[in-house]
Amino acid sequence: MQAKASDAPKIKCVVWDLDNTIWDGTLSEGDDPILNPHILTALRTLDERGILQSIASRNTFDDAWARIQGFGIGDFFLYPEIHWESKTGSIARIAKNLNISTDSFAFIDDQPFERDEVQFQMPEVRTFDPTDLPELLSHEAFIPRFITDESKLRRLMYQSDAKRNAEERSFKGPGEAFLQTLDMKLEIRPAETRDLQRAEELTQRTHQLNTTGITYSYEDLNTLLLSPKHRLLVASLTDRYGSCGTIGLVLVELDPAGWDIRLLLMSCRVMSRGVGGAIITFLRNEARRHGTRLFADFKETDRNRMMYITYKFSGFEDKSSDNGVQRMEADLSNIPAYPSYLDLDARFGPLS
Amino acid sequence: MNPTSIASKVRSFLTSFVQDDDFEDSDNIFELGLVNSLMAMQLVLFLEKEFQCKFSNEELNLRNFRSVDAIVTLLSSKAA
Repeated sequence: MQAKASDAPKIKCVVWDLDNTIWDGTLSEGDDPILNPHILTALRTLDERGILQSIASRNTFDDAWARIQGFGIGDFFLYPEIHWESKTGSIARIAKNLNISTDSFAFIDDQPFERDEVQFQMPEVRTFDPTDLPELLSHEAFIPRFITDESKLRRLMYQSDAKRNAEERSFKGPGEAFLQTLDMKLEIRPAETRDLQRAEELTQRTHQLNTTGITYSYEDLNTLLLSPKHRLLVASLTDRYGSCGTIGLVLVELDPAGWDIRLLLMSCRVMSRGVGGAIITFLRNEARRHGTRLFADFKETDRNRMMYITYKFSGFEDKSSDNGVQRMEADLSNIPAYPSYLDLDARFGPLS
Repeated sequence: MNPTSIASKVRSFLTSFVQDDDFEDSDNIFELGLVNSLMAMQLVLFLEKEFQCKFSNEELNLRNFRSVDAIVTLLSSKAA
């Protein structure tokens, strides 16, 4: 087993080989495979922890998939890659489809050649032999810090994403017309204690769409929740495919000289749905209603440029820069309407 | 690249998004309600890819993207 330093990111996705890994036997050599005795427990345990799973196997898709369905385990796998091409390419495609970076991937394959090839091309992927099961499940990297109600639903949320993406690709017409068909409801409200685990999980998982790159621990968030000088808001989204869960987090510092958005982050799963702009429009409206100014901090990281553009296109201008943190201020005189495809249920909560 | 061909690429991108393609190159596409900030972001990503450029923080301003003419001016100034 190649265990890496414990500061490596937690595993978010496990990619399985099939022959002599998920099952014993080699399909293309005419074997009638039987399931690896540890597999069902492993699949269920990882699934309940909110760790996503996929397949990279050299096989004929139809034959292999029929076996998988026969074993009743097909629902566990997102974006399976079953063909004769390289497993590195397969892992890259899975990572792209899930929008998760490969440094939180584990790859389990019985063949040293396959593990080495992946390791050579993608040294950040952690590779294991199926004989590492079942002990692997107690490996620290496979145990998320929190298991929230949403962790258990994560696979289902990604499955509805996959369905939604497929429909969007086949949809002919303007992008906005497709969004109209989704019946999206966006809820924004003050966070409560029960939201904090999910909020922490979101700050740890979301790097692309974090305006300052800062991650907050449960304890940090709890302090901010109780602070009369701060307002912590959570955003959640549902659409006709079901709930997308908690997808956004906002931290506003309520200074008498003006409100300051210390953090705005969104799940990358909703990046293309205009949610960030709608949250900012809400904050601008609230600041105007309370007769105060609205500022925002932005700290550039190598991945969060989309959030800078979101601010700039939502009426914010750069005011000053201090130690790499941009201070921006919103124009509150000309606030656009909410997008017509989004049904908003939002409250800022009373000020003390 | 000449302004006419920039304009036609920008127009064809915009018309794939908006319901109504009856607008002039000088029209403010935000004021007409044709484009919101989400589409503006996709427009930026499209332009950077299509014209192999990267907009600076100062250039990332809605005013620079408000009309086909404004976008042509912006891209021409970058190419110069």
